[in-house]
Amino acid sequence: MNTNVLANGLETFPKLLARNAAERGNRAAYREKEYGIWQSWTWAEAAQEVEALALGMMALGLDVGDYVAVIGRNRPALYWAMLAAQAAGAIPVPLYQDANAEEMAYVLEHCGARFVVAGDQEQVDKVLEIAEQVPAVKEMIYLDPRGLRKYDHGHLHAYAAVQDKGRAAKGDLGDELARRKDALQPDSTCVMLYTSGTTGKPKGVVLSNINIISTAQASSEFDHLHADDIVLAYLPMAWVGDFIFSMGQALWSGFCVACPESPDTMQSDLREIGPSYFFAPPRFFEGLLTNVMIRIQDASKIKQRMFYNFMAHAKKVGPALLDGKAVGLGARLKYALGNLLVYAPLKNTLGLSRVRVGYTAGEAIGPEIFEFYRSLGINLKQLYGQTEASVFITQQPDGEVRADTVGVASPGVELKIADNGEVFYRSPGVFVEYYKNPESTADTKDAEGWVATGDAGFIEESSGHLRIIDRAKDVGKMADGRLFAPKYVENKLKFYPAILEAVVFGNGRDFCTAFINIDLGAVGNWAERNNIAYASYQELAGHPRVYEMIAAHVAAVNESVAQDDMLAGCQVHRFLILHKELDADDGEMTRTRKVRRKIVEAKFDDLIGALYGGAHEIYTETEVTYEDGRKGKIKATLRIEDAKVAAEKAVAA
Amino acid sequence: MSAVEQTISPDGRTIGGTMMEMRNITLRFGGVVAIKDISFDIREGEIRAIIGPNGAGKSSMLNVINGFYHPQEGEIWFEGARRGPMKPYQIARQGIARTFQNIALFKGMSTLDNIMTGRFTQMKTGILKQAIWHGAAAREEEENRAIVEQVIDFLEIQAIRKTPVGSLPYGLQKRVELGRALAAQPRLLLLDEPMAGMNVEEKEDMSRFILDVNDEFGTTIALIEHDMGVVMDISDRVVVLDYGQKIGDGAPDEVRNNQAVIDAYLGVAHD
Repeated sequence: MNTNVLANGLETFPKLLARNAAERGNRAAYREKEYGIWQSWTWAEAAQEVEALALGMMALGLDVGDYVAVIGRNRPALYWAMLAAQAAGAIPVPLYQDANAEEMAYVLEHCGARFVVAGDQEQVDKVLEIAEQVPAVKEMIYLDPRGLRKYDHGHLHAYAAVQDKGRAAKGDLGDELARRKDALQPDSTCVMLYTSGTTGKPKGVVLSNINIISTAQASSEFDHLHADDIVLAYLPMAWVGDFIFSMGQALWSGFCVACPESPDTMQSDLREIGPSYFFAPPRFFEGLLTNVMIRIQDASKIKQRMFYNFMAHAKKVGPALLDGKAVGLGARLKYALGNLLVYAPLKNTLGLSRVRVGYTAGEAIGPEIFEFYRSLGINLKQLYGQTEASVFITQQPDGEVRADTVGVASPGVELKIADNGEVFYRSPGVFVEYYKNPESTADTKDAEGWVATGDAGFIEESSGHLRIIDRAKDVGKMADGRLFAPKYVENKLKFYPAILEAVVFGNGRDFCTAFINIDLGAVGNWAERNNIAYASYQELAGHPRVYEMIAAHVAAVNESVAQDDMLAGCQVHRFLILHKELDADDGEMTRTRKVRRKIVEAKFDDLIGALYGGAHEIYTETEVTYEDGRKGKIKATLRIEDAKVAAEKAVAA
Repeated sequence: MSAVEQTISPDGRTIGGTMMEMRNITLRFGGVVAIKDISFDIREGEIRAIIGPNGAGKSSMLNVINGFYHPQEGEIWFEGARRGPMKPYQIARQGIARTFQNIALFKGMSTLDNIMTGRFTQMKTGILKQAIWHGAAAREEEENRAIVEQVIDFLEIQAIRKTPVGSLPYGLQKRVELGRALAAQPRLLLLDEPMAGMNVEEKEDMSRFILDVNDEFGTTIALIEHDMGVVMDISDRVVVLDYGQKIGDGAPDEVRNNQAVIDAYLGVAHD
């Protein structure tokens, strides 16, 4: 496969861009909605924009091997900034735009970035705030000039001005740029991405050109992506998935990348663009389904009956039709009618009409949620990946899609399961190293190139699909020696729309307990319907009726957990509803919204004590960080509820 | 325009010469004297606050500035010329736009359409041409739409572009109203209690937008506001009214320490 990429002479991004500009120069490469209109740039135009910026940055002193931090929401100009950095021999480092100044300082300092390309004033301000901690940053380029007019422009430059400088310098620097592009090797660094890190400080994952491009090629071929596809780029640019979809696969397949007008307009932009290839985390699909159900409950009786009637039918035959299995003529006709009246209009409203290949990953998705979309005829699949693998480890082929597995090994990937259940993989996409961190590199990747995922799982014998149980380090034992896998229970809890997040404890204990975070949207709507008044999140979370509802959900989950041979010990005996949402700003979650178990355990130590202590009420004070970095305290008295525990299935001895 | 005496504000903005001057204004409603012999000026590029307790005559003063009330005595000078009696729409054409204390939007119309009405005074084609979408009218609409879209982008309300304003939360409605005033591309913007009824976060947002409008477009702003924290933070000069009279005028710090102002706000012990 590597040889294939090499043989085509397409082993670097500048070469891919040049090919696209030459072969499909007039086709749209990037779209962005601005001033209410979709603006577009062809591949030829994009290549010129990239060249001008690359020359401009070189004129400002960008050297080969420099690191260029890119911070902002998804915009074509920021993708060009990454391409320009690569062309000039530098290495792009996209950062999470909602990172606070402290987190940003760590990453900028760690990679020693000399250039920063920032989206707007907010990002510029953050970098200026930490300027003393990151003396290596020499020049900063900003995209949106709003509010920045009065700033000192000694080392601060407007994006367009840098491009002008670059165009003017083409005579002097053009040859140098060509030389730098030619000097790029398959093994030279393509991009450095910082992992969000559920434990400790973020690590800089170094990915080479061959890592990214061979992975992009293999995955594009797996799903038959082509130049007519279109994606909506709305997930953080610092996340490896966005880099693969919006850079790797887009450049390889030559399809168009569309950027939303603002983060708030994503849903309507999605509808206007109608992407054919779409990725979203399970959270997105859950939220969307919750919205649909809320709106259906507000609809007229006729519409409600139509919806429920046809959705029941879709549930029966939709997935089979999607997988191309045999379905009776009558059922087919009814499905076609349902498509006309319900499914197609619904998909259109959701912006998913044209989705040919859809993926979800990152967390487990509720089987009902997953089936809902598949029954509508949306080809939603699951994949399992990591930054260290250039995303793809396993994915589900068309026709073999299930809610409880993550699919078979992606092309070129080898899998093995260690004795303790941890999943290992080896592939052309495997990262080069963690930047400036040889110990971690050695811990994760062995001499033969096998990488530890940190996840425990097993390969199903009947289908060859991989099933993930939990993070390997989170899997533990109960006091009586039975298996403890918190994620398994948490996922079951989170499948209820009312529950946004759950954290289950029980390692080394006699029984399991849980923290619950309610979903303000879903529970708020439910409260309105049931005439329950509340003034704040905290009040709603502590409402007796809400406790009642959650207790019923916990009991139902216990019922289903009790059926599992391996994990029956993980039933939740006691729980409480947290008075605040777990938040990345407070360090309780990663920026990709994964719970940091250790930090939550330490921070809510008193609450865990109460869960195991037998009390029915606990007073607590919690420090919170506001978006602007100020800190405050919230106080609450929380109720602790005993949950109904189900009888375990008699284990055949 | 009057003699240019430019000054630079502490935060680096250029404040020009006098843009508008009120000379000995007196406004009566029957026997009630709403404004009594008040003089003050507004300089080009500044943020000028008018404060005072309830019933002090602040809104009346704003209504005098935008021509809705005609004072019985006194002179109004705008950009170096004395202003005769004018209709409010004529004054709007001079480059003065305003927002209202109680939101005055068209509740059933979208954000976009509401802001578009801010362009009305700049449109030239007649109703008939607009109705049949004739060449010039279509072109005009496009030009005006472009300006409206810039305002929408500036105020970050893209997500509610097509939403009927009646269904929007209060803070956003206030923002749409500011948008409508901005769409007229005014040189002088009058804001009547832009932050009334807002929570802290909405107030911070609105303050940011007011400062940005002033900064980006150089728009002169005169505002009435009750939140002293906001007033002292964002305005260059403050005029204080009480019972229709001017009791203080100057930079926020001066006004804050002015005994008459303190008495008006905190009350005076009667001995």
